[in-house]
Amino acid sequence: MSALLKLNNIRKAFAELTVLDNISLALAPGEIVSLLGPSGCGKSTLLRIAAGLDNQFEGELERNPLLEFGKHSGIGVVFQEPRLMPWLNVAENIGFADGWKASPRWVQQLLQDVGLEGRGDALPKELSGGMAQRVAIARGLYGKPQVLLLDEPFSAVDAFTRMRLQDLVISLTRQYEISILLVTHDLDEAIYLSDRVIILGGQPSRIVSELKVPVTHPRDRRAASMAYLKGEALSALYQHQALDPASQSNPHTPPQGH
Amino acid sequence: MTTQTHPIIRRAARQPRLNSLWQGNWRGWVVPLALLVLLEIIVRLGWLPEHQMPAPSSIVLTLYDLAQSNLWTHTLASLLRVASGFAIGASLAIAIGTWVGLSQRAEAYLEPTFQGLRAIPSLAWVPLLLLWLGIDETPKITLIAIGAFFPVYLALVAGIRNIDRKLIEVGRLYQLSGFTLVRRILLPAALPNLLTGLRGALSLAWMFLVAAELIAATRGLGYLLSDGRETSRPDIVIAAILVLAVLGKLSDGLLKSLEQRALHWRDSFTGGA
Repeated sequence: MSALLKLNNIRKAFAELTVLDNISLALAPGEIVSLLGPSGCGKSTLLRIAAGLDNQFEGELERNPLLEFGKHSGIGVVFQEPRLMPWLNVAENIGFADGWKASPRWVQQLLQDVGLEGRGDALPKELSGGMAQRVAIARGLYGKPQVLLLDEPFSAVDAFTRMRLQDLVISLTRQYEISILLVTHDLDEAIYLSDRVIILGGQPSRIVSELKVPVTHPRDRRAASMAYLKGEALSALYQHQALDPASQSNPHTPPQGH
Repeated sequence: MTTQTHPIIRRAARQPRLNSLWQGNWRGWVVPLALLVLLEIIVRLGWLPEHQMPAPSSIVLTLYDLAQSNLWTHTLASLLRVASGFAIGASLAIAIGTWVGLSQRAEAYLEPTFQGLRAIPSLAWVPLLLLWLGIDETPKITLIAIGAFFPVYLALVAGIRNIDRKLIEVGRLYQLSGFTLVRRILLPAALPNLLTGLRGALSLAWMFLVAAELIAATRGLGYLLSDGRETSRPDIVIAAILVLAVLGKLSDGLLKSLEQRALHWRDSFTGGA
C-alpha cells in the first residue's frame, strides 16, 4: 500500500538562513514515525509543512487521496501546548471542527477514550496541564484522521503524566488505526513509541540517520531491547556530531582551539 | 502539632464571613452619609446661602416635585438619545474595527484618518453639527455616536491584534476562513477588550449627551441643567446631576453584568481578598 503522507526533497529557509535541506520521508498506513533532533533543528517546521500550515517551502508534499475521503482533512494535529479555546468547554473544544453541529455521541466516546468522562462541561481554566493535553488529543482525533501529527505533545507535562499520555496515544492509534508522525527531542520517547526514528542534524538540518525499532506493541519501557536501541541511536547522534557541543552555534561559548 | 495547626484552621474558617456581602458594603456608605448630614446642618444653620447650596432635604423635595411634573419626559428623551447614539457608534466601530484588525491594508488606508479624527476634541464638532444638521435630534445623536465610536474601535483593533497567533493557527488547521474565523475565534478572543471598550464608550456617550443638551435642547437632563442655571435654581441642577449619576451607574452596571456573564471563562486575576 502506498504512503499516506510523503515529503519529497523539502528545503525551507527563513530569510537567508536555510533550516531544512533535502528532506524526504514517507509515512505508511499504521506506521509511527518519530522525528528526533535537538531543539532549533527545524523538526517542528517540518511538521508544520506536513500539516499544511506552512506553504513557504521548496519541494513536494504529497497527500494520499485517501486522506481527502472523509468530511475532514484526514490529518489531525496536536501541538506542544493544548491550544484549547478558553471560551469553549471541554466538549465544545473536542468537537471544534464541527462547531455546534458536533456529534455529541462521538464527543462522549472521545471523552471516555481519553479518560475525561463527565468533564465535558468543564472550562479549560479548570483543567490541569495533563488534562488539557488529553482534550487536545481528543480534539485531534475528532475528525477521524488517518494521520496524526504530534509536535512534542508530551514535553510540557510531568514525567508520570507523560508516560500515561504516551500509552494513551499508542492505544488510541491502535484502536482507530491511525499513523503518527511525532516530533520529539526525547530519545526514550522516540524509541518507546515509534516504528522508525528519523534523526535530524547538521546546519541546515538533514536526515542523518534512520533507526528501525522492530519491537511489537505493547512495549516494555524496561526491556533490554529498548536500552540497546537507545545505545544505537546515541551512537548515530555522536557520529553525526549532533551531541558535540562545538557543533552547536552557541553565541555564549566562543569557538575554541583554532 | 495540634497547637500549630489550630490557628491556621481558624483563619481559614473565618475567611468567608469577612467576604460576605453586608460586612463590606456598609463601609462605603459612611463617608457620603456623614457628608450629607454635615451639609444639612451647615445649610440649616445658615452658614451657606440657600440660593447657592440647597440643603439635601430640599433637593429631595425638588426631585419629588420634578417627578410629579416633567422629569420623566426629560429622562426618557436623554435615554433615547444615549441609546441610539451609543448603538450607532458602537456598531460602526465593531464593523470597522474588525476590518482594520484583520486587514493590514485596511489599517494602512484607514488608521491615519481615524487617528487624525480622534485628535479632534469631540466637543469641537458641536457647532459644525448644528450648522449641518440643525437643532433637532440628529446632531445630538451624531455627536454621541462619534463619542462612542473611538473607545470601541481602539479597544477592538487592539484586542484582535493581541490574539494568540496559536489559536488562529488552530482555526486555519480546521480550514476556517473569513467570516467563520471572525465569528468562531477572533470575536470571542477579542471579547474582553471589546467589552472594556463598550463600557468606556457608554460613559463617554453620557458625557456627550450632556454637552449636546446643554448647548441646544428643549428637552433632556442637560436642558434641565441649563434651565436650573438660568432660573437660579441650584436644587434643580443638583437633582439633574443626581439623575444622571444614577442612570450612568445603572447602564454601566448592566454592561458590567453582561461582561461577567460573557467572560466567565476568563482565567485572570480578580484582585486579592
